[in-house]
Amino acid sequence: MTTRAEWPLWEVFVRARRGMAHVHVGSLHAPDAEMALRNARDVYTRRQEGVSLWVVPAAAVVASTPDLQGAFFEPAGDKDYRHPTHYSVPEGVDHL
Amino acid sequence: MTADFLLGLADDALVTAQRLGWWVSRAPELEEDVALANIGLDQLGQARGLYAVVTDLEGLGRTEDDLAYLRDAPDFRNVLLVERPQTDFAVCVVRMLLLAAWQSEVYAVLAAREGPARGVAAKAVKEVAYHLDHAAQWVLRLGDGTELSHERTQAALDAEWPYLPELLEPAPAAPVDPASLRDAVLGRVRPVLHEATLVVPELPADPPTGGRAGRHTEHLAALLAEMQQVARAHPGATW
Repeated sequence: MTTRAEWPLWEVFVRARRGMAHVHVGSLHAPDAEMALRNARDVYTRRQEGVSLWVVPAAAVVASTPDLQGAFFEPAGDKDYRHPTHYSVPEGVDHL
Repeated sequence: MTADFLLGLADDALVTAQRLGWWVSRAPELEEDVALANIGLDQLGQARGLYAVVTDLEGLGRTEDDLAYLRDAPDFRNVLLVERPQTDFAVCVVRMLLLAAWQSEVYAVLAAREGPARGVAAKAVKEVAYHLDHAAQWVLRLGDGTELSHERTQAALDAEWPYLPELLEPAPAAPVDPASLRDAVLGRVRPVLHEATLVVPELPADPPTGGRAGRHTEHLAALLAEMQQVARAHPGATW
């Protein structure tokens, strides 16, 4: 039995409809970018989930660390003035 | 003649679907399991669509299940290319390249003209375009890959290539004369093989043939025995 290097990991993003953002749906293994795109098509869009695909090498993703969770995210907790909730919506405006 | 011709295409697709099903859980990676299963299901769908057209045309009251499950090997009209075992991944992708090149051309012709198979062909054109691409991607990577992958892909090509001419045999009375697609099919296949650094063998002068007339290798009977056993053990069962 020969040992076999595992294919690199890719993160997959699908755009469900025109006008919407690409959303992360999962990851997969593929030997290179072209095959990653095809594998993504087969694994993540076989039930008509999308009209556009991105694949990104998982190694290229820079992620925040749990250690920095407090410094990164908690200071936003008490700043509700950042939400657009202090405006009254004019009558007759439905889709705001 | 139209029904016979379409039956041949349908049988090619059904047998291919069955062979591809073998790969599920056996491909190099899970992602490829899924890809081959998808392609097999596309082929199964094409077979079903074409069987429906054939049973309409012949008007004998047979159903698609009758055609798939209750015929014996000599009644099948698939080419020998698709019925032989393919337990080597290089064989799988080389064979897919040859078959998809042929299917791309024949479905394109059927989709472009009035006829009973127009609808099935129009849907199939997009499916086999993907099969052709998938096969080409792998042939390029394996052919122009490592020394070992090149060797095995060349061996696969040498083994499959002699079965290509049967797909392109002249049949002037058929709705599409396969011989008229010969240059187009080779035009799709050859550039991929060249880019993959593979040596394209000569087409044999006296190639293996007979599938379209029901003369098959022993491998088809074994494949059918497995594929048909449930339907034959429970006649008339529905699911």
